[in-house]
Amino acid sequence: METTMIHEVTWVGVAIKALIAMLIVSAVAGFGTYIERKVLAWMQRRPGPSHVGPFGLLQLAADGIKLFTKEDFIPQYSNRLIFSIAPVITAATAFIALAAVPIFPDFTFPEWIPLLGGVFVPSIAADIDVGLLFILGAMAAGLYGPLLAGMSQQNKWGIIGAARTAVQFLSYEVVTGLSMLAPIMLVGSLSLVDFNNYQTGGIASWMIWQQPLAFVLFLIAGFAETNRTPFDLLEHEAEIISGFVTEYSGLRWGLFFVGEYANMITIAVLASVIFMGGYSDFMLIPGWLMMGLKVTFFFFLMLWVRASWPHVRPDQLMWLSWKVLMPLALLNVVITGIVVMVTA
Amino acid sequence: MTHTVSAHPYFGIFFLLILTVVSFYGVLILQRFVSRKMARLDTEKLKMSIYECGPRVNKQPNSISIQFFLIALLFILFDVEIIFMFPWAVSFKLLGWFGFVEMILFILLLAIGFAYAWKKGALEWHSIK
Repeated sequence: METTMIHEVTWVGVAIKALIAMLIVSAVAGFGTYIERKVLAWMQRRPGPSHVGPFGLLQLAADGIKLFTKEDFIPQYSNRLIFSIAPVITAATAFIALAAVPIFPDFTFPEWIPLLGGVFVPSIAADIDVGLLFILGAMAAGLYGPLLAGMSQQNKWGIIGAARTAVQFLSYEVVTGLSMLAPIMLVGSLSLVDFNNYQTGGIASWMIWQQPLAFVLFLIAGFAETNRTPFDLLEHEAEIISGFVTEYSGLRWGLFFVGEYANMITIAVLASVIFMGGYSDFMLIPGWLMMGLKVTFFFFLMLWVRASWPHVRPDQLMWLSWKVLMPLALLNVVITGIVVMVTA
Repeated sequence: MTHTVSAHPYFGIFFLLILTVVSFYGVLILQRFVSRKMARLDTEKLKMSIYECGPRVNKQPNSISIQFFLIALLFILFDVEIIFMFPWAVSFKLLGWFGFVEMILFILLLAIGFAYAWKKGALEWHSIK
């Protein structure tokens, strides 16, 4: 398999990669809020943000200034330490999960750049054997952000939001893990690099054709884990005000937002790499652009679903996860196993 | 894409952990300074109080429904199962029929427990009166 040259990675390359990944994803996450408002507005036939800057593009900067200059405010009776740590947990875990995800292809700095000339920057900040397991684990640790945030406040909406968060994340983590098992059985590795190399033979070799059920299950569970609309019960305004962010304001609230969008990008990248061919070139389009298009498609899909679907109820959410998706995912694993064993 | 060789493959994770925690917490601290200078500070009693329906501050102990706890118990059962299945899935082709049948037996045992939980109504919301 390893016919091409194997690169030696230095800690400088890793550090640069981590820094670039964090900056790019933060920027995309910020820009994603603008895209979301604009796309939702167009789907509802209204102009959306249009006053600040050309096409409302500077809305993001205006929001940033507003969040930054708001009063730093912790309500009475809430646990001050946990209240201020919880948003950092959400944002940090979302970005740590990205350490094992290939964000963009590897490259080497040209020699003429001072200091950095010749430094090889890998495509994955941490090319570990247990990549997928680590990503699942890091995203699961992200549960502590909303949970602690809700528990640190004294109001009822916060506590209900925290309990809902725990139940929703825990239920759908089972589905995510089970839906990933069948592709892992086919590839025989947990590293996303191997997933990418498994699907280099054009569109016909994409995992989605071999594992359509796993793809649908993964996408549904991904929507639930990133708190997107059919399943956004954690902050369902009509029922529990804002759920776990009820008493948050200013930049602390903003960090929850950043973490949520970083998680959306992680899910979009994972869906593209595991099921849709990853970085393989498509005709004349280079791999990195192809990857960007796929991630954009999944991001758009999340907004599209938000504009078209109503919420589900909490009991429907549990019913869907435990009585429909979980048995289906188990069945998918068993069927995949039988097919692979018979054909091997 | 190719695999990379590194003496410390987990260094990237450690670096991102430090980087994200320091930068996000740093931004929060920076915001505290900026807001103290620019925002209007106000410690009015109603504003500082717990967000509730009605103006009276009413501090009660918070408790949640036992139903959430049941789902969390179910999760422990099935997540441990999935952790068992990950290494099995990676070396699935090496293990052959033997490993496959073993895992089917394991899944069957769990399915019995799952059916029991289903029949007992642990999966239904508000089933416990």
